[in-house]
Amino acid sequence: MSEILVLMFSAIFIENFIFAKFYGCCPFMGVSEKPANALGMGMAVTFVMTVSSAVTQLLYTKVLFPLGLDYLKIIAFILVIAGLVQFIEMFLKKFVPSLYNALGIFLPLITTNCAVLGAALVNIQEGYSFIESVAFGFSAALGFTMAIVIFAGVRARLKFADPPKPFRGMPIALITAGLIAMAFMGFSGMSIG
Amino acid sequence: MDILIAALIFAVLGAVIGALLAVASKAFEVPVDEKAENIVSVLPGANCGGCGYSGCAALAEAISKGKAPCGSCTVGGDEVAQAVAEIMGVKAEKTVRMRAQVMCSGTLEKAKHKYIYEGIDNCIAAMQLGGGSKVCPNGCLGLGACAQKCPFGAIEVIDGVAKVDYHKCKGCGVCVATCPKHIIKLVPFDSRVYVGCMSVDKGAVTKSYCESGCISCRICEKNCPTGAITVKDFVASIDYDKCINCGKCAEKCPRKVIHFAKLKDNENG
Repeated sequence: MSEILVLMFSAIFIENFIFAKFYGCCPFMGVSEKPANALGMGMAVTFVMTVSSAVTQLLYTKVLFPLGLDYLKIIAFILVIAGLVQFIEMFLKKFVPSLYNALGIFLPLITTNCAVLGAALVNIQEGYSFIESVAFGFSAALGFTMAIVIFAGVRARLKFADPPKPFRGMPIALITAGLIAMAFMGFSGMSIG
Repeated sequence: MDILIAALIFAVLGAVIGALLAVASKAFEVPVDEKAENIVSVLPGANCGGCGYSGCAALAEAISKGKAPCGSCTVGGDEVAQAVAEIMGVKAEKTVRMRAQVMCSGTLEKAKHKYIYEGIDNCIAAMQLGGGSKVCPNGCLGLGACAQKCPFGAIEVIDGVAKVDYHKCKGCGVCVATCPKHIIKLVPFDSRVYVGCMSVDKGAVTKSYCESGCISCRICEKNCPTGAITVKDFVASIDYDKCINCGKCAEKCPRKVIHFAKLKDNENG
């Protein structure tokens, strides 16, 4: 049990997908204009990542690896992720239309969010068990959500800042993201477990 | 052999996911109004928000439910209004193409300033500081809040006054809603004449702070052959239903406040 907790803590803070590994930077920059939308995006990614981690882990260990087809894992994983994203898109359109409209183009783009595929591939690479894979996928997505919500909060304040003209808009957002990433490097000094 | 197994696995995987999605699409089906979809396809798709809705899709939905009139899209003009009306099965009223016009001619040279503004580069921020740097309470602040918001890039600030490029302007009215001074108006596209001042101060006061402010001398009123121009609240205003674009008012105006807009590049105006 404690191993799982260590794994989760490490996935959220030390190996944070955005600030340490730089996965999933596209939605990180794209959907962080408003904290509410950022939270919605984070929740959508959390759902997709948790379920896709579970499905891809099973798919790999039970089907692809025994049959010697592990060279096809990326294609298979993308297929699963694309299917899941389609599913969540229909789900949101039906039950949470406001979030569906707010996420807009970034919802189908979760398909190509490298954080989701990254989580699936890390699970395989590290040889995580089924439980560990689900825990890792879930907590990596939590880390992603935390990062994007923090950043959206900062960006909401950036709108009122008065940076020099060349830095306005995206440049100052990128610099800010870099500074937050540097702050998160503090966690990498921690040794746990 | 290997390749057959691989193909089979992927066929099964695809079929399973496909089946799941097919079930989900039935379970989570959202009824889509066919009319709304058809209307979206004829709208310009600029999502400018000029109609007051969040985008073309939102307007289409409102029209299909009868909450908005067929001619709500100012950008599309008459052509789109007719197409929408056809989908809705009603006859559309004739809509007139509009364009935005900034009702101020107080350039940096002509208008007096109270102070030098060095704050955030936005009219709305400047408004907070005693109503902006120009002495005239109804003068263009020249920081381009309208230009930033214009979805078509049709506004440019020249010499301290926002200027609309008539050919790029689609008449969506986003700038009209943005301008903190409320000095941008939508006027019929074909009308040439406009009064470049909105100062409601008395003539002498206006004269004291702007070289091109309306002093309500009423010369335009007297010279207008159709009675389209009247001076009210110390500023001239044009009734575009009556105006015949003769340009007499612009010619006679002693302060050169009434302009004869040039709609084509090779015209002088």
